[in-house]
Amino acid sequence: MSDAETSDEFKPVEVFPDSESMDLRGGADDCYKCSTCDSECPVAAVDDDFPGPKFQGPEQWRLKRKEDTEIDDSVMSCSNCMRCDSACPSGVPLSQMHNTARGSFVENGMDKLSREYIRNRILSNYGTLAWFGSKVPRLANAVMSSSVVQTVNEKFMGITAEREFPEFAQQTFREWWSERGGAEIESDEKRVAYFHGCYSNYNTPEVGKAMVRVFESFGYEVMVPPQKCSGTPMFANGMLSDARRAAETNVAELSAAIEDGADVIASCTSCSLSLRQEYPELFDLERIEDVSAHTYEALEYLRIHEDLSGALDESEIEPERYAYHAPCHARNQGLAGQAIELLDGVEGAEAEDVGDSCSGISGTYGWKEEKYDTSMKIGAEMFHHMEEAEPDAGMTECPTCAMQMEHGTGYEVRHPLQVIEDALVS
Amino acid sequence: MAIESDVLVIGGGLAGATAAIEAARGGASVRLVAHKENTLRNASGLIDVLGYNGGDEPLVEPFEAIADLPDEHPYRKVGVEAVRESLALFDEIAGDLYEGGHTETNALSPTYGGRVKPTGRYPKSAAAGLASRTEDTLLVGFEIVTSFDAPLAAERLDSSVPFDVRGVTIRFPGEFRADARITRLATALDADELRDREQRLGTREALAARVAEYLGDAERVGFPALLGDDEHQAVREALETELGVPVFEVPMGPPSLPGMRLEDRLYEELDAEGVRVESGNPVVGYTADDGRITAVSVDRGRREVPYHAEQFVLATGGLVGKGIDSSREGVSEPVFDCHVPQPEERYEWFHDRVFDDQPYARFGVSVDDGLRPLDSSGEPEFSNLRAAGAVLGGYDMAREKSASGVSLSTGLVAGQRANEDLQ
Repeated sequence: MSDAETSDEFKPVEVFPDSESMDLRGGADDCYKCSTCDSECPVAAVDDDFPGPKFQGPEQWRLKRKEDTEIDDSVMSCSNCMRCDSACPSGVPLSQMHNTARGSFVENGMDKLSREYIRNRILSNYGTLAWFGSKVPRLANAVMSSSVVQTVNEKFMGITAEREFPEFAQQTFREWWSERGGAEIESDEKRVAYFHGCYSNYNTPEVGKAMVRVFESFGYEVMVPPQKCSGTPMFANGMLSDARRAAETNVAELSAAIEDGADVIASCTSCSLSLRQEYPELFDLERIEDVSAHTYEALEYLRIHEDLSGALDESEIEPERYAYHAPCHARNQGLAGQAIELLDGVEGAEAEDVGDSCSGISGTYGWKEEKYDTSMKIGAEMFHHMEEAEPDAGMTECPTCAMQMEHGTGYEVRHPLQVIEDALVS
Repeated sequence: MAIESDVLVIGGGLAGATAAIEAARGGASVRLVAHKENTLRNASGLIDVLGYNGGDEPLVEPFEAIADLPDEHPYRKVGVEAVRESLALFDEIAGDLYEGGHTETNALSPTYGGRVKPTGRYPKSAAAGLASRTEDTLLVGFEIVTSFDAPLAAERLDSSVPFDVRGVTIRFPGEFRADARITRLATALDADELRDREQRLGTREALAARVAEYLGDAERVGFPALLGDDEHQAVREALETELGVPVFEVPMGPPSLPGMRLEDRLYEELDAEGVRVESGNPVVGYTADDGRITAVSVDRGRREVPYHAEQFVLATGGLVGKGIDSSREGVSEPVFDCHVPQPEERYEWFHDRVFDDQPYARFGVSVDDGLRPLDSSGEPEFSNLRAAGAVLGGYDMAREKSASGVSLSTGLVAGQRANEDLQ
């Protein structure tokens, strides 16, 4: 943040009084207009109408300070990939600025009865829809895959018909967890609380199962506390009050697990990023800093606390080539090279990084009819690299990046944890 | 357990990348951790070695002048042969992008401000524009690229070089918003989509057609550095074919396409050498034992993660790259708290006349001949730490035009010494 000593003349101001009352002046002052964030922004690269993070963050912040200027609606074109955060050489908190601006825009500038608002709220509360869908998975899958329903979704809700809805699993992760009787290992010294999020519960429980088995192979007791959405899609759609409500539950439940001696782990990089960065940036809940300080991405945790690399160096799988995409939210946590590095040690596994471009889907962004084309343009470079790599399968930590990879190339996509389960658990 | 490697390089710019490549080539397992995107993408792309040494005239032969530099200058620490060796390494890595290795004479490259800058290596895309060549020149600016005023740059150049320089500002082909960024134009030239359906011209041909109207007697044409990203060579060749004269890029400020191309090349080389690169990882602390650093702490969102290594290289940059920090109380190196020589009295940090030889421009860590940072009594701070690049003090890179050469040569030596000292 700013090195400037506080002047007596300056008093903090609530520039966005209706959001979370952030004062990000230090960040705006640190911006020296080098444009690195704009040149990193995947939306700005393909959408000429999008002004880019430099405008949306510090410049708009400065405008708001003098006059109560309305927030530009281009803030809804931001996909919340947060690449601008890791790009900025001065540490300007661009994503925090965007999240608060988007919250303010949605709260004050959007008609709550408009189609766009209602659709965005439905998309950002995917967990609620998925909860119902998971009760009758066969019926839900049949309904959602119907081209009639897809057309209706596009016309009435603005949800693109181009993408196939993800299938609901026959048995959710939590159902599997209950059925097996919970943790198979008890340990006072090695304990983790698994934040599974929506997708690995309702759609890809095999990722959650792989995670449990990998951690149990290192002797960990796994807890699965009650939880709600990490808030990532809510941040991306400006639904900050929904996100705060979910955060209240999550912080309370995860704090209880931390008191029981657990650290928090997540298999989705957007969930781990949300808990450790966006939560303390956007909410002032009691113990939220504690949750942030104890949250890890799952493989990151094992790299730090166990000799995961050493264990993998002595492992092998059936020969398989993977095209790996590092999600933007893995990049933001400094984890972009982790999966490639770990799989280098596995005999039979060959993983090629398909480059540093964004996948383009960014959670709910690519599901919006008016953003679908932009998301596919952003992803084009990744699709091209994947085709060139000619893998057996794709690989990524992010469930919606996996959707995009499959949608754009046709390859099946696995999570690194699934490959590591194959390597370590027999 | 721990995340560990033989050599840990802190900082991902030119010095850090060079140190990591050199250490990896020596057989070490190397990890490079960077806080943010490095500032290479903001750099002009020119690789300067030594442009000035106190006088108003640029140096013709940079290597010969190194012996005359003060003892504390980084070039004196590493020696002139290391400077040559580091440029040879650079030529090996980036030789298909860069020229200048054929001579030890500085080239003079026009800048977008209409001056000439002495440089040791320059992008191939800038080669046809060197001021040491004598062809009459047309500079082409675009209404949309406000940072390059071609008529103004041409007027300034024309008054200082022995050939004619004219400047013209035209519209870039296609529909772009008034403040479209330069990378957008580069992408349009890469894609070369139809812009004129009636005559079926792509962006490149449409651009050449507009420039041809102004070509006159000019024997070369310079553009702001936006002639393509991935396809920059093909773009330039297409324009040269259409115009019938050599085409060159004038190096620009941020965001800089030549800087991005150089960054891509360096990082491809890091990958090829097996260096583990992690960005988004600010180093915020360290542990030490008996004068040796044992690990550094990386900030991962309100928690510190230890990274262990045998040897460490500090390549965090200068003031702009945040490797040197300052407040009213003093100037400091924030990672290891290495000593930064400076006058105690703050008013002695600077002279009033802004373009004078400024003390603060030389602030940075002081090192021994092995590039180990020294404490205030002249002893190495740690036995297994080297410093490289802009974090070093003892020279004024802006005044003498030496930033890239210092980064390359000190990065090379830091990487070599780290590798040699592995137990």
